[in-house]
Amino acid sequence: MGEMEQMKKEAEALKTQIEAARKAVHDTDMASAAAGVAPAPQVQLKTRKTLKGHLAKIYAMHWSTDNRLMVSASQDGKLLIWDSHSGNKVNAVPLKSSWVMTCAYAPSGNLVASGGLDNMCTVYNLKTPVIKTVKELDAHTGYLSCARFLSDTEILTASGDTTCALWDLETGKQKTVFLNHVGDCMCLSLSPDMNSFVSGACDSLAKLWDVRDGQCKQTFQGHTSDINAISFIPSGNAIITGSDDCTCKMYDIRADQEVICYQDAALNSGVTSLALSTSGRLIFAGYDDFNCNIWDSLKGEKVGVLSGHDNRVSCTGVPEDGMCVCTGSWDSFLKIWN
Amino acid sequence: MTIKTLSQHGVQRQQMPCLTKMERMIISMQDPDMGIKLRNQRLLITVIPHAMTGADIFEWLIKKFSISDEEALHIGQIFVKYGYIYPLKEPRNLILKVDNSPYRFQTPYYWMSTRWPASELDYAIYLAKKNIRKQGELIEYEKECYNALHKRINHTWDFVVMQAREQLRASKQRRKADRIVLECQEQAYWLVNRPPPGTLDNIDHGPERRTTNTRVQLNADFYKKEIEHNRISLARNRVKSSICLESYVKYCEQYQPHDPIMQGCLPSNPWITDDIMFWNMNCETVSVPTKLRVERWSFSFMELLSDPVGRKEFLTYLEKEFSAENLCFWQACEDVRHGETSKIPGKVDEVYKQFLAPGASRWVNIDSKTMEKTLEGFKRPHRFVLDDAQMHIYFLMKKDSYPRYLKSDLYKNLLARAVVPQETKKSVLPFIHRQRHSSPSPALATQAAEDDGKTKNSNSFKSNSGTASRL
Repeated sequence: MGEMEQMKKEAEALKTQIEAARKAVHDTDMASAAAGVAPAPQVQLKTRKTLKGHLAKIYAMHWSTDNRLMVSASQDGKLLIWDSHSGNKVNAVPLKSSWVMTCAYAPSGNLVASGGLDNMCTVYNLKTPVIKTVKELDAHTGYLSCARFLSDTEILTASGDTTCALWDLETGKQKTVFLNHVGDCMCLSLSPDMNSFVSGACDSLAKLWDVRDGQCKQTFQGHTSDINAISFIPSGNAIITGSDDCTCKMYDIRADQEVICYQDAALNSGVTSLALSTSGRLIFAGYDDFNCNIWDSLKGEKVGVLSGHDNRVSCTGVPEDGMCVCTGSWDSFLKIWN
Repeated sequence: MTIKTLSQHGVQRQQMPCLTKMERMIISMQDPDMGIKLRNQRLLITVIPHAMTGADIFEWLIKKFSISDEEALHIGQIFVKYGYIYPLKEPRNLILKVDNSPYRFQTPYYWMSTRWPASELDYAIYLAKKNIRKQGELIEYEKECYNALHKRINHTWDFVVMQAREQLRASKQRRKADRIVLECQEQAYWLVNRPPPGTLDNIDHGPERRTTNTRVQLNADFYKKEIEHNRISLARNRVKSSICLESYVKYCEQYQPHDPIMQGCLPSNPWITDDIMFWNMNCETVSVPTKLRVERWSFSFMELLSDPVGRKEFLTYLEKEFSAENLCFWQACEDVRHGETSKIPGKVDEVYKQFLAPGASRWVNIDSKTMEKTLEGFKRPHRFVLDDAQMHIYFLMKKDSYPRYLKSDLYKNLLARAVVPQETKKSVLPFIHRQRHSSPSPALATQAAEDDGKTKNSNSFKSNSGTASRL
């Protein structure tokens, strides 16, 4: 069809122009900008706690805003709420479907959510005498890969059906659907001001969305494979992505482009998850090769490794107070490092 | 995922790099001089050559790498789980037993890196062979797999059966010992690649993913949207990289003292010393905040507003200035934005009465254009209807009240009164004489480790960052 070919060409031409515009403002790189900064010292973190309790692969974990409680999801069909400091399991939530891929803790601490191959996001209330299912959010036509609460009344989800959605928890319906990706959405991250979020997908693109009007504001390309992990830096001005192409990249939102790539010739396994320290200086990235590597975000160098898991590191998280790092793995253990 | 995208974009990537590392170790284990001593092992009435005991493997690992028992067992287990070493006595039980249970090295032909992925066809042939040999008496799950495969690849079934018969015939012509070895090897391979249900699948890689989802139609409509999107994107304002990166560097430097992983924290990190004083001193409703916390309020207006203690202090200041209604209005807007949808109309109404209506008790000063837009939005109140007004008041506070607050006596006095916590003195545990630094920055651990090295050997505690759970 001549018309479609023409449009495709036009879209491509615009893309080339966008790249040129980006290049025009790229007057310096991270290495020069951070030249005056002292390098981060070699970081050696030790395992302080190993949380044992799951019987199968752990797919996801999320810290509560109180910095002690956390939720973890495993394919043994359970969500476990841990008081991570004492190592006690505070709650166990049995899941209807054991094929869980994500879990989330609401900022208030009242709710947790889970979802996976059942294509649904189930929300549970932790504060009732017996944990109850509050809502089953059922409208996605693909697996649920990530979920994040904005408050007790709203939750964002990313799905394998290429869409992200904002749900109203009172009605259980989708308020906004974010359409633009052409591959399975694998991850999402909320901006600190909660007005926007970014999503990463199997089409190797990261997109910035406005929560309020549902529009895709910016698209970031550069990766050559699925983006598995994504996170805003604490200031909210840039995002870090981790991909199956074994690299992590930082994209600045105001400059609208990639500003640095974290890669190493010796690292040839995909990035599964990532988390940042409170200042944003350190990036903790979990890889397929069972390790979690620590990157100095300013210098672009590896400054440490967290090894100890027997299988892929599937999830990483730093609590709000930045006191430690938690890694969860397919070997069914969670480890807290500091 | 890593394996599936092996040859995407023509780039060959190594799958599961841990496999190469394992294989290097396995090869050195089989070194004729320095490797494990292999000998003949008796299995029932047959003698299997080139076998070793679990204890042999265990001791070799300890000796070669100077590691602890725990770690040697751990590594040995990984070899068995991934099929590089297989047990002869209980083949289905893929664990390493540290006794004289016999084990053998898997032939490189069956290494995971050589034959990836395990093909359905090969599995069908294997099951067919077993079926013929056992005359239909397969184990339950194998029977199910067999039937499922029969359905799925029915068109090549003749080939499968023919191959199975050929292979069985060829094997009958081998010596019994060789035949048993080959059967064991093949069985071990399939136990790893097609684990029985209920056992841990060591090599699974998560659900299937699609790079270009068939849900999204790449049609004319799609490209029209793409063009529109690209046009808007082209027109957007881009900030110079130098400015963006500079602000990022500044942020990292400014927040470094507040980053416990980079710089430790006072009184001590609860995860290291088990002392939860840090959390107590920094909880939401503390009467005297710490110095770091108060300093942080000066970094940005958002920092002040997101800390409940900060908000309280700021409110006190604003009350003195008779502009407290601004902060109250801001908080009310937040409540509308994040609260329940059903309560929005009611809340919006309240906000109007209290803050926006002419003659309201806590009237806030918004410019007429914003006021008009907001009132228009009130006809159909929604979650973000107060956004513009909230933004206006936010910037008003940020530009005016906030800087003055930071210069005020109220803030300065608070900063002076603020607590700098004492470093917790570590209690010396009776059996470890170690000079501990209270919550040293882990980033400086290299130096501390050297100091500790002198006293470490006195109690033969092997530091193992992986498997040691807690001191």
